Amino acid sequence: MSIDQSTAAKVAKLARIKVEEDALPALAEEFNTILGFIEQLNEVDVDGVEPMTSVTPQRLARRADVVTDGNQQEKVLTNAPDAREGFFAVPKVVE
Amino acid sequence: MSDLNKLGLADARDLLRKGETTSVELTESCLSAIDAAGALNAFVHRTPELALERARAADTRLAAGDAPAMCGLPIGIKDLFCTKGVDSQAASNILKGFKPEYESTVSQQLQDAGAVMLGKLNMDEFAMGSSNESSAYGDAISPWRRSDDDTPLTPGGSSGGSAAAVAADLCLAATGTDTGGSIRQPAAFTGTVGIKPTYGRCSRWGIVAFASSLDQAGPMTKSVRDAAIMLEAMCGYDAKDSTSANLAVPNFEAMLTGDIKGKKIGIPREYSIDGMPAEISKLWRDGTEMLKSAGADIVDISLPHTKYALPAYYVIAPAEASSNLARYDGVRFGHRASLDAGDGITEMYEKTRAEGFGAEVQRRVMVGTYVLSAGFYDAYYNRARKVRTLIKKDFEDVFAAGIDAILTPTTPSAAFGLGEMNDADPVQMYLNDVFTITVNLAGLPGISVPTGLDAKGLPLGLQLIGKPWDEGDLLNTAYALEQSAGFVAKPARWW
Repeated sequence: MSIDQSTAAKVAKLARIKVEEDALPALAEEFNTILGFIEQLNEVDVDGVEPMTSVTPQRLARRADVVTDGNQQEKVLTNAPDAREGFFAVPKVVE
Repeated sequence: MSDLNKLGLADARDLLRKGETTSVELTESCLSAIDAAGALNAFVHRTPELALERARAADTRLAAGDAPAMCGLPIGIKDLFCTKGVDSQAASNILKGFKPEYESTVSQQLQDAGAVMLGKLNMDEFAMGSSNESSAYGDAISPWRRSDDDTPLTPGGSSGGSAAAVAADLCLAATGTDTGGSIRQPAAFTGTVGIKPTYGRCSRWGIVAFASSLDQAGPMTKSVRDAAIMLEAMCGYDAKDSTSANLAVPNFEAMLTGDIKGKKIGIPREYSIDGMPAEISKLWRDGTEMLKSAGADIVDISLPHTKYALPAYYVIAPAEASSNLARYDGVRFGHRASLDAGDGITEMYEKTRAEGFGAEVQRRVMVGTYVLSAGFYDAYYNRARKVRTLIKKDFEDVFAAGIDAILTPTTPSAAFGLGEMNDADPVQMYLNDVFTITVNLAGLPGISVPTGLDAKGLPLGLQLIGKPWDEGDLLNTAYALEQSAGFVAKPARWW
């Protein structure tokens, strides 16, 4: 499996990371190096093996479905790069 | 009393309890050492006022006879831990200026036990790296140098600042985190002790997430006894982490008897890799002899899927990272790119993440995105998770056959020079973690103990791997190894 520039561009888009056009060939090459290394996994016989979901044999802990927190609007917004009138502000999303 | 910063946790605790020093004196000694060690770039956010305030409070507790083991002991905290009101940016520009409104469970537990935070420690960005060279703060520098040249060396990574600070006596101990070897490799590179406990022992709540199924916090210290003391304070059940284990935490220090007679120590043949330096092979043989002389039975074992651990890790860790790091979008915290007229929300995301993430983080987020994308999920991600099951089963089989612990080298080499790996492809850097990464994939406890020096005077470490939840027994075996090795070397001060 070889990654070309258009695939690299697609992955960057999916990851929401802006990659300039002239950086795409080097990025594609890096992907190919890493994926080439990962290809070794194809040597392993994994027939009938369950994919691991939890490294320790445990169920995720559950709690009662009740409100345990809240009323911290100011704290929640403290670190926001742009907070206005009690909201996170972002560029216009809907035309 | 001078040089209080050179003490370990156990010795300092004993002096405090005898009233022969105070937490304020210990803290001031460390703060002076930190001020004089700017060249190491280990402490990246210093909190001297907060430290002295906590030291005074600890002295009050000590005077009142209410003194848990960590009470009054000055430590450093890796920048990955969220600390209330104190910069916590995971060594990333995307979290520049982030001051959490909350405290991570582990750092809170240490604080509750009376430990004194001196500041935040350098690391690889988002803990992704093995040399501390991907940090937004710049490289952390090892206090160690080769005997024959002045090349600045890496303290290892990702917990590079923690390792440098402990090795240079800027603090008595430090917290680290370990996703693929990030506690044990820097410990080996700096002649310090580092333990990654069983997955689920330390709460992950409030620690900036890298790969949630692999991340664990642990202590980095000057001795195995110190590791036992600090680990006990860090461990414990936390309802805020859904993978936290609801198990009692033993008194690890009380388990350090040094008696390992009859213990079965496995030597995995797959860890004898091609091109392993003769010094590392000798270190490993010497360590094996030490444990044998201490009365342990040495058993050759096989962990057949070892060679697939690195490639499995480089699917699973980036996949989880790409998901975890999706939260850095310029909306709720940290950096937001300045936008051009007409830019919408997608441009804001893309520019913010391109500006905020460094090259290695971008690379891993994109690899993770790729292996999780439609059409490749089964071929890469699910296959890697199946291989992970097999890697864990390798360990389960040897433990079921009666092995108590496994001895391996911690790293395939001594510390390398900063910049020396710049021309290597990313996979070459990943090979640093070849001996440690299996332990994260299997969720096991692992500890690195310094046991020797290479020909150029640089420290080397051996790793012991234990059974799940058996940190006490593992620490005791490490203690026996530490006593036999008698490692006492310290870096000569140049900074």
